[in-house]
Amino acid sequence: MNTPAGTPALSTSGLNKRFGSLVVANEIGIALPQGVRYALIGPNGAGKTTLINLMTGMLQPDGGHILLGGEDITALGPEQRVSRGLVRTFQINSLFPHLNPLEAVTLAVCEREKISRVWWRTTAGYRAAVDEAYDILKSLLLAPVCTRETRELAYGQQRLLEIALALATRPKVLLLDEPAAGVPRDESTELFTAINSLSKDITVLFIEHDMELVFRLASRIIVMVSGGILLEGTPDEISADPRVREVYLGGAHG
Amino acid sequence: MSTASASGFAGPQQYLEQQARWRTVEIVFWLCTLLPFVVAPNYLQLASQIAITALFALSLDLILGYAGIVSLGHAAFFGFGAYTAGLLSKHGWGEPLTGLLLSGLAAGLLGYAVSFIIARFRHLALIMITLGFGLLLLELANSASGLTGGADGLQGVKMWPLLGLFKFDLWGVTAYWYSLIALFVLFLVSRRLINSPFGLSLRGIRENAVRMRAIGAESRPHIRTIYTISAAIAGVAGAILTQTTETVSLGVLSFERSADVLVMLILGGAGRLYGGLIGAIIFMIARDWFSGVNPQYWYLPIGVLLIAVVLFLPNGILGGVSQLVNTERGQRWFGWLTLPPAWLPSWRRGA
Repeated sequence: MNTPAGTPALSTSGLNKRFGSLVVANEIGIALPQGVRYALIGPNGAGKTTLINLMTGMLQPDGGHILLGGEDITALGPEQRVSRGLVRTFQINSLFPHLNPLEAVTLAVCEREKISRVWWRTTAGYRAAVDEAYDILKSLLLAPVCTRETRELAYGQQRLLEIALALATRPKVLLLDEPAAGVPRDESTELFTAINSLSKDITVLFIEHDMELVFRLASRIIVMVSGGILLEGTPDEISADPRVREVYLGGAHG
Repeated sequence: MSTASASGFAGPQQYLEQQARWRTVEIVFWLCTLLPFVVAPNYLQLASQIAITALFALSLDLILGYAGIVSLGHAAFFGFGAYTAGLLSKHGWGEPLTGLLLSGLAAGLLGYAVSFIIARFRHLALIMITLGFGLLLLELANSASGLTGGADGLQGVKMWPLLGLFKFDLWGVTAYWYSLIALFVLFLVSRRLINSPFGLSLRGIRENAVRMRAIGAESRPHIRTIYTISAAIAGVAGAILTQTTETVSLGVLSFERSADVLVMLILGGAGRLYGGLIGAIIFMIARDWFSGVNPQYWYLPIGVLLIAVVLFLPNGILGGVSQLVNTERGQRWFGWLTLPPAWLPSWRRGA
């Protein structure tokens, strides 16, 4: 990485977005240093997914800037941001139902390697790409099911495939939108082991509602309320803050 | 397609190679296409029409079955190729092979121009746009009667002998060889294409275009490429029709032709390469037969057939067949057909 030390991997300044009169992003300024594990928490409707959509280019902000490794990417399309290393997963599975995991991840690798325009050679001929895809699947425990159609996989495996697809793009910054959403508690361990063992070069921001997981995995936490950042800090600072208890944790954790 | 998993997983490479390998049933199919020469020498003209239609259906399968681009106006490219071949011959160039090449090129160029619009839309909007474009071209050909002969058709198409040796005879021997070889060659190209990284991306676009963006893939260039290739193949099919029948009528551009080819593809099963071929064979033979029985209502049985297929075999005839073969009993009896023949790997190995 040739960005000067201290440059955040991803940062936003003055990010604004409104749907009609509803403000979904209000002057959002965050800076994620490289390699840090961030959790993004907040009550439903706080604008967490909207923020991810803004950062990845799925939505255009009304104002403000997004910088990836110091480069202004506000005007770039989603695919261009991905090829620069800003990658996301989806809260609701967004996969390729009739492709199997091996095909899907190989597809992502081929797109990254810019060989996806080649129509005169077989995919199997690209040994390195196929091996890389298979290695990613192995690391996420998906190798045994890699030739079954995605739609036939267990839900937890589909969530893992979401991450596998993201990893195949070689992200610098990875945004995980509720990676364990809908996964039973006993199955989510695999998921969070996978997230925890991601390379330390990757900056990770994840949305999660399970506070135990948040406190276990995140080194820093951002709290959002009604489209704005309420607070940012270490897990200890966050859990000690009375405002957070009030708006988010409620009385239950007290 | 998913039979390979049953035969054990040797590794990712081997698996993908296996998927792309020739299966026994494919070789049987292509050998069967030679049967008309022996069994039905009086029907070679029909056989040639079937091969042409199959090639047209193949071109539609590439965009609809693989990339998920719906089209109700694909006859535009078929017709454009047909008229190009006809006009070339009428104005003095009756050499078939170069004529074929130029017609495919012309249709491909038209396809490339249109693809910029196509790539921006999906689903319903695409149906309307392709439909409108098809009708537009039909009306254009109709009103430019000085060039195309309008409703009377293009007269004066005369083809030179193929390779300077084989005349297009009355019985259709040359015609069937010609269309069959063109079909086979372009099938080989398509088969290679769908097993390539590009083919994989097309399936990704069909399955989830939004997700494609999120893995850093731009769908539009892919869509433009496949649309151009598909248009060129459709143009070649149209050109062969002109060259083997030595006439062009407005029918090559008609809405009916666009709709029929869609019906064939749905009958046979889209997204399987062979679906369009099987669909074309069934459709054309049924049409020939039923129109012999009752020239007025021959569409009725085809309609019934289509409804039955859509109701009971949502993935077309081939989809139904592959479901049967994938059952335990089906594997036991017909599994060998879906595997590469035993002698093939011996000289293809080494990769």
